[in-house]
Formats: sequence, structure tokens, C-alpha cells
Amino acid sequence: MWQALKRLYHKMGSPKWFYEITERWSPWFLWIGTALMAVGLVWGLAFAPADYLQGNSFRIIYIHVPAALLSQSAYIMMAVAGLVGLVWRMKMSFIVGKVIAPIGASMAILALLTGAIWGKPTWGTWWVWDARLTSMLILLFLYFGVMAIYNAIENEDLANKAASILSIVGSINIPIIKYSVEWWNTLHQPATITLTKKPTMAPEMFIPFGVYHLGILLLVCCVGVCAHTYRNSMARAPHKLGKETTQSIIKIGADTYVF
Amino acid sequence: MFFDSFSDFIAMGTHGPYVWLCYGIFALTMIFNFVGPRLKRKQVLKDIARQARREDA
Repeated sequence: MWQALKRLYHKMGSPKWFYEITERWSPWFLWIGTALMAVGLVWGLAFAPADYLQGNSFRIIYIHVPAALLSQSAYIMMAVAGLVGLVWRMKMSFIVGKVIAPIGASMAILALLTGAIWGKPTWGTWWVWDARLTSMLILLFLYFGVMAIYNAIENEDLANKAASILSIVGSINIPIIKYSVEWWNTLHQPATITLTKKPTMAPEMFIPFGVYHLGILLLVCCVGVCAHTYRNSMARAPHKLGKETTQSIIKIGADTYVF
Repeated sequence: MFFDSFSDFIAMGTHGPYVWLCYGIFALTMIFNFVGPRLKRKQVLKDIARQARREDA
């Protein structure tokens, strides 16, 4: 088991293998993810009972919580990828970090917007500067920071290093987000879903949530490993290529020249 | 089915606009996540082609 994991890790570190493996997996992720998400959404929207306190606005939870969780786990992944890249000089790892940043940012935006819209009927306000909301906003800015570094710094090595350091330092924000509802007196309700305790949600509300969450997780993985994004990040910096290579890229598309 | 009729489903009690706005934003985000990389890929290919033309000239 350990040996197999180790082998997979080393394989994934090599662009050639990474490309082959993800190319094979990503259609499965796409279709299973889409199916699960469709089932979860219809179930959550039309079949789950309304909340006794919040009424039907609670149905926003099916988008809000998975988006928030994903934005945080994507951040952790980005930070770990940055650390691996810095310590073991694994190039693939920097690419992973670079590709995750905009996806994580989109999830953070989704969580913040749906949270604001949910807040209006529930709290009577779109936004408060309380601990949970503010720390999520900081998470979004950290994502923007990492993306800005990649946009601003031409030198690839320097950009990789700077972005990795920012994502590692910024990961201090993750436990702050998680415990913000316990450490401070916030308007935000405490966690609905935890790893250690039973969810504070009725099963007929929770099952569609679980189905949907798994779906969006697979879909996001699909987007993430999706070779399009991956190839894009490699297809930058054409100035390093010779003339013949450039010509052949134009003929066959960017896909093949990388390796 | 929790709702009695389709109009009930759209209205979501009084929370229809909030719920549907959220699901709309969600749909846009997912579409953007898939379409965005494709658009960027096209742009990159165009850039490379332009660069090649410059080198030829």
C-alpha cells in the first residue's frame, strides 16, 4: 500500500505521467460529478423539507457550504503544493499550485456571494464585518495575491517561489476561518458539518447535501486536473522555444509540444 | 416533492429571489470555470502564432 502510494506520488511528479493519468481520469470525474451534482441539487431544491426556522432560504446551504469548504481545501492544497515545490524542487507541484489558485478563488467568491444573499433574509443584512466573513474575504485576497504574482512576475522561477511563499504564509488564515465561529462571537452560525460529530442537519436534508458535495468535489477536481488548464500554464513563455517548435505548435495545437 | 405546485417551487415561500439568485451565480461560476480555460487556451495559441509571424518577418 505504502509502496503503491509512493510510486503514484513519483509518477504524478513527472509531467508525462501526470498528463496521461489525468487525461484518463478526468472524463470519469466529469460525468460522475455532473450526475451526482444534478441529483443532489434537484433533491435539495425540490424534495428536502424546508428549515423550521429559516424556511426555504436554507436551500442556499447546498451551494454555500461546499463552496466554502472547497475554497479552503483548495487553499491547503495550494500551500502544500508550494511547500513540496520549494523543498523538493518538483516542477509539477508549482503547476498544480498555479492552476488551483483561480479555481479556489472562484469558490471563495461563490461562498461569499451566496453567504451575503443568504444573510439578507436570515440576518437582515448583506454583510457584517464579523470574524468568519472577514477571514473568508482575506482568503479571497490571498488567492488574488497568488494570481497577481503569477501575472506580474515574468521570471518563472521567481514567480513560483514568491507565490509558494505567499500561499504557505497565508495558510495561517485557514484555522482562523475554521475556528472563527468558536473564538469570536459571530453572527455566522457554527459549523453544520464536522468530521468528528454527527451533522446538525436532519438526514433528509443532509443526504442530498452529501451527494451534491461529492459531485462538486469531483467536478472541481476535473476542472483542476483538466488538461486544458494544465496545458495553458505550460503553453506560456513561447519565447523560450525555437522557431521550428513554434511552427509545429501552430500546426498541431499547443497540446503536444510540451513533452 | 416538498412543494405543492410549480409556482410554489419558484416562489420558495418568500425566499424565491434569494435562492434562485444563488443558484444562478453558482451556475455562472461553474460555467466560467470550464469555459475560462478554453478561452485562455485560444488566446495562448493566438499569441504563439503572432510570435511566430513576427519571427518570420
